[in-house]
Amino acid sequence: MGSKRNSVLIVGAGIAGIQAALDLAEMGVEVHLVEDTPTIGGRMPQLDKTFPTNDCSMCILSPKMSECARHPGIQIHILSNLKNVSGKPGRFKCTILERAKYVDPVKCVACGLCEDKCPVKIEDTFDVGLRTRKAISRYFLQSIPAEYTIDKDKCLYLTKGVCRICEKTCEAGAINYEDKDREVELEVGAIILAAGIDPFDPIGFGHFGYHRYPDVVTSLEFERMLSASGPMGGHVVRASNGKEPKKLAFIQCVGSRDEGIDRNYCSSACCMFAIKQSIIAKEHIKDLDSSIFYMDIRAFGKDFDKYYEKAEKQYGVKFKRSKVADIIETPEGKLRLRYTLEKGTTQYEEFDMVVLSIGLQAREANQRLSEDLDIRLNEFGFCRSERFSPLMTSREGVFVCGAMNGPKDIPESVVSASGAVANAVRFLDLERQGLPTADESIPEKNVIGQRPRIGVFVCHCGINIAGVVDVKDVAEYAGTLENVEHTEDVMYACSTDCLDTIKKRIEEHDLNRVVVAACTPRTHEPLFRETINEAGLNPYLFEMANIRDQCSWAHMDQPELATIKSKDLVEMGVAKSRGLQPLERLPIEIDPKALVIGGGLSGMTSALSLADAGHQVYLIEKEDELGGNLRNIFFNFDDKDPQVFLGDLIKKVSRHKMIEVLKGAEIEDISGYIGNYKTSLKAGSGKEGRLLDHGVVIVATGGEEHKTEEYLLGKSSRIVTQVEFERMLHEKDFPAGKLKNVVMIQCVGSREEGRMYCSRICCSKAVKNALELKKVKSKTNVYFAYRDIRTYGFSEKYYTELRDEGTVFLRYTPDSKPVVELIDEDVTDSRARVTVFDPIMDRDVVIDADLVVLATAIDAPEKNEELAKKLKVPLNADGMFLEAHVKLRPVDFATEGVFLCGLAHSPKDMDESQAQAKAAASRALTFLNRKAVLAEGTICQVMTDRCSGCSYCESICAYSAIEVDPEKLVAVVNEALCKGCGACVASCRCGALDLRGFTNQQMYSVFDSLDLVITEKVGD
Amino acid sequence: MSEWQPKILAILCNWCSYAGADLAGVSRMQYPPNVRVVRIPCSGRVDPLMILKGLQSGFDGVLVSGCHPGDCHYISGNFVARRRFAVLKPLLEFVGVEPDRVQFSWISAGEGERFAQVVTKVTEDIRKIGPAKRLVKGA
Ligand code: FES
Repeated sequence: MGSKRNSVLIVGAGIAGIQAALDLAEMGVEVHLVEDTPTIGGRMPQLDKTFPTNDCSMCILSPKMSECARHPGIQIHILSNLKNVSGKPGRFKCTILERAKYVDPVKCVACGLCEDKCPVKIEDTFDVGLRTRKAISRYFLQSIPAEYTIDKDKCLYLTKGVCRICEKTCEAGAINYEDKDREVELEVGAIILAAGIDPFDPIGFGHFGYHRYPDVVTSLEFERMLSASGPMGGHVVRASNGKEPKKLAFIQCVGSRDEGIDRNYCSSACCMFAIKQSIIAKEHIKDLDSSIFYMDIRAFGKDFDKYYEKAEKQYGVKFKRSKVADIIETPEGKLRLRYTLEKGTTQYEEFDMVVLSIGLQAREANQRLSEDLDIRLNEFGFCRSERFSPLMTSREGVFVCGAMNGPKDIPESVVSASGAVANAVRFLDLERQGLPTADESIPEKNVIGQRPRIGVFVCHCGINIAGVVDVKDVAEYAGTLENVEHTEDVMYACSTDCLDTIKKRIEEHDLNRVVVAACTPRTHEPLFRETINEAGLNPYLFEMANIRDQCSWAHMDQPELATIKSKDLVEMGVAKSRGLQPLERLPIEIDPKALVIGGGLSGMTSALSLADAGHQVYLIEKEDELGGNLRNIFFNFDDKDPQVFLGDLIKKVSRHKMIEVLKGAEIEDISGYIGNYKTSLKAGSGKEGRLLDHGVVIVATGGEEHKTEEYLLGKSSRIVTQVEFERMLHEKDFPAGKLKNVVMIQCVGSREEGRMYCSRICCSKAVKNALELKKVKSKTNVYFAYRDIRTYGFSEKYYTELRDEGTVFLRYTPDSKPVVELIDEDVTDSRARVTVFDPIMDRDVVIDADLVVLATAIDAPEKNEELAKKLKVPLNADGMFLEAHVKLRPVDFATEGVFLCGLAHSPKDMDESQAQAKAAASRALTFLNRKAVLAEGTICQVMTDRCSGCSYCESICAYSAIEVDPEKLVAVVNEALCKGCGACVASCRCGALDLRGFTNQQMYSVFDSLDLVITEKVGD
Repeated sequence: MSEWQPKILAILCNWCSYAGADLAGVSRMQYPPNVRVVRIPCSGRVDPLMILKGLQSGFDGVLVSGCHPGDCHYISGNFVARRRFAVLKPLLEFVGVEPDRVQFSWISAGEGERFAQVVTKVTEDIRKIGPAKRLVKGA
């Protein structure tokens, strides 16, 4: 249909909105990013570090913000709201209200003079009130766009008609008090809502003394205190006396899991948030004693439990299972916590500072948006999505992502954003894109033959680098090196401001090469390359020195040696830079077909999304039937029957004319690279082998139920797994009436040596099945042996329901696991005697069970290893596929053109798998929707006069990219095929080959750059 | 004067070992600050001469690390590398370079801890052997 628009409106520019915008823009879709505040970025810029990697939040977000700002396909509307939507999906008419900024964004140079002079101090919402700002201000240091705005409710002139100081100060003449709100009409094909979430305000919790006692703070306030760019510069002190706290307490679930205040859901992220903060705080303050007061630790995400372990074992964080009753300040100024242990005994303990781990709540603005847009909200005010369609709203063509439809952490928000994009494209008129056209207005400077003029920028990265390395010293040192024309230390090299600075310096000093000493080139090199390219330099004239990931973070206790090392690394970078030459990038054509490996829920969902977007998909499944693990799921918390859903899905997939389903298929080999993969399927059992050509790969190989004999599984038909139990429950003749006692044992195989991870879905699954059992036979006694109940998000209320039904919850610890014995060894259906130590009553509880149900772990299939090798992608320690970046690239592999989703990534529930499957499809579409991408310029070159034509290189090259010309008898490189590994170069006996960007000369000069011989060999 | 600190050249492939080194940092694993990392696309890029040049430049030791056998991003680069190193090792010994001065390892992108361990061990080994003088220019 030609009448569909190829544009999308996104409400909210937090990480979810940004990700959605970037995905769409890469597909060639026009994006309107509508943001209520004066900047894009959302919540992430407020965070210091992110769990479970302790990555710096701003550092990982910054490149994405910059990308958003510079992408010609993305239009950012700050201080704006979506007011009204009419029309149909594919062609919505939207009205947005852009509020007056009172500063002309074109004229403003963000110098900050106005803010210095403005007499009105107001609360700084970015720093959650820990700092003040002025009525004219920039939202935060790296906010995008960079321009200042005036708060019209606080400005003296706009409220009282006097002042006009900023107007007088502004040399650019950017102040415009006459600015007006305006309405903008837009036509778009689809709408994505990503309006985010709010922190819970504990002001009503008088018993915790928030706002009464200065040393009681919220987790968000504490996060700002920890942040290097925050109001305290990363130095945490008590507000009461300005001293470092020595004893710190975290109180969990403040505003979560609390029926009394209508918050019968879990905020999902606060446990990990507190664990992270306790680790970071310990890094800031030596000998800090920190305790976390909690009900259950919900470390359910990928690698979360390992982080929890690390906090406890390595950092000595104390975990105290209890309920805090209140806090009182003692006359000595300490905070005394009164708390009740599980057993019911009351205890007291004094602390210097208390952090309230506040929950997440729906934004009030959702209400208005729901009315304006006619979409439904759930009982807690979050945007409502139905089961099996996790990213849809109640209105067709309007999708939701991020935390707006329920608490989520960063990777889940990113996943949902990409997933929403896959939904949205169905309503767009996608067109396959050609190569990005180089901006003609900036011709590339010719630097060949010129003397190197190098600019060196050394990044503080907040305190990530500067906290250890003497950055100024390093920058100064760089200035002494040959050919370095300019050097400078910068706060955040990747912030848009600094990128502009780099471009300016290239101009001012006529630089022809740039070195940035900061984090790792693996994540940031593309951004800097693009930046220098915008200033007219070939992108390959850039070099990075990794002084953070491989220096400051790795040598935190040896600042002097870390500074010396940084200088060396910069010097090596400069040496490399001197020899850099401009390189050309050749286009690689993209075959628009896709291969999806795995025919479970995730694989089918991905396949369908791609096929709906018009791409041919090969869906291969190792078994003879589609469906995977979903075939074993019969119930949900609501009435939607998973099997009906599965049946529909299989039908849609099998009948889709763009999908070829290959069942019982086994992969023989996968070769090729982005855009040009070849996969061969094994022949056998009446099947012919196949050779498939495709441009991308999606890995959706799923997970497996852990096989075990623990708790006598297999020894009696009355000892079963949750999967088996669910099937039994589903069967018509299930004798529920005969069951008096049922014992459920959680974490079977999970969270212990060899499988140090949480299988995530077992708690909810067990709760679901227990409720289902109660539905059939409400008199059955259910005993629930668990370690932590992890019914995160909206599943919490089912847990409460089960508790209210009179279920007995018995907590056990790994060193006192339940014991299961057969009552009658001689029969195959023996009842079982289960003994569980109950910490509440402080004694063993013995149950004669008619049925014991084990929540067995989810394992990574052993076959993952084989596939990982074939695809050249990594696995984590647990055998699950390892994504490119756990926070911001959760469905990409580092290898271009390969993506992952579902249980292949880590355990997750159906809705999460679907969201991730759509996300993988959407990421794949960013490639498939292009006719070609550019290859790397770092490929092999032949110095013909040296080549003897021995053809040894031919035998080495894995890509058949080099051949000896039979007539001229010299090697010739096929530049389209060469991947630039350099294996032939290192093998060439005549020294006739070299690798562009990594030439022998460049390498040797790097080795030679350090002054090793003289200083180090003294006295030798 | 402060204690002698060996300086070690670490040549790491981009896809596995360099990523492993990053992960070690991200996970805040601490290891001795003696290595100077050079990033290359693949361990297959390293030829014996490059290692000798490293020693000649004055480094006290050289560590070359790539993806685990079979995992090379470029299919077989690390196999080629492995063959070359097998030949180089005895040669180095023959010319009098202590065997532990030049080491090879396989570290994947997920093995931050292993990177820290390998670097710690290599540093200790070389500290024990002492400063290099065999191939050093001008020594
Ligand atoms: S890419 Fe790591 S060894 Fe080849």
